[in-house]
Amino acid sequence: MKTNSSNPKEDIQAIREIMERSSKFLSLSGLSGVFAGVCALIGAAFAWLVVLGSGSVHYDEYLCSVGASPFNQIIINLGIDALIVLVAAILGAFYFSYRKAQKSAQKLWTSSTRRLLGHLFIPLVSGGIFVLILVFRNNIDLVASAMLIFYGLSLVNAGKFTLGEIHYLGLTEIALGILAGIFVHHGLLFWVLGFGVMHIIYGTVMYYRHER
Amino acid sequence: MKNPISNLQKVFESRIRLGIMSALMVNDTLDFNALKELLELTDGNLASHLKALEQQEIIVVSKQFVGRKPSTTYQATDLGKNLFRQHLAALEELIGNQ
Repeated sequence: MKTNSSNPKEDIQAIREIMERSSKFLSLSGLSGVFAGVCALIGAAFAWLVVLGSGSVHYDEYLCSVGASPFNQIIINLGIDALIVLVAAILGAFYFSYRKAQKSAQKLWTSSTRRLLGHLFIPLVSGGIFVLILVFRNNIDLVASAMLIFYGLSLVNAGKFTLGEIHYLGLTEIALGILAGIFVHHGLLFWVLGFGVMHIIYGTVMYYRHER
Repeated sequence: MKNPISNLQKVFESRIRLGIMSALMVNDTLDFNALKELLELTDGNLASHLKALEQQEIIVVSKQFVGRKPSTTYQATDLGKNLFRQHLAALEELIGNQ
């Protein structure tokens, strides 16, 4: 860093760069979005082909009719499937962001990282708990919608503290979540669009915009 | 027309002080280590610039304990924010005049 300034243009550039770097988490890699999207697609394919027998059981009607206990095998299998997807996606996000941070010689764990995670996790954890409540109360048909809407709200909330695309990804997820609530029988389809396809699209855009 | 240079603040001539102030304009408070990482400075260098800003009442310092560890946080004062804005406006005017 230069000690004394003489060039007003350089000064303003330095001000802008420090303001951005000190308030936003810029190490988020588009590749983590692509990876999360691929995990979601694999997870959904597994749910569809294996757990739900290639659609021979329509997931919401079937689950509601199996009904009495929320602890039947299908729900447990779907839950495990979803959990593996979630863990893989989070590990991928950390790995690719770590790589991006290293490449640009930035630290990964900074005050802007903590602020980003705080704003991300408050709506996300509330949504997760709400989804569990839905499962335990046997309202399976609204699970996809609730997941998408709460995830979208988390992204909009966290979007102020990272790359701008996250804000728009959040809005897209909210819209898909509302549609999933209206077209309740196509929950898995909207889930695939939101968590799979949108992650891949936005991840690719972010990669080409910020990492090339 | 008034000469924009008269609005340039001498205290922000140093790029380091300009950097500290830029960070404190967009963050309510920052602690010493966050500033140090952000600006990639040594302890002594950062401390001396913070002291200068504090003496001119551009920032305020508060010390508290987090558990048992002392933590020092810095915050821009209203005066500091106004001076920074004037300085920034002057810089922009200088670019516009070129």
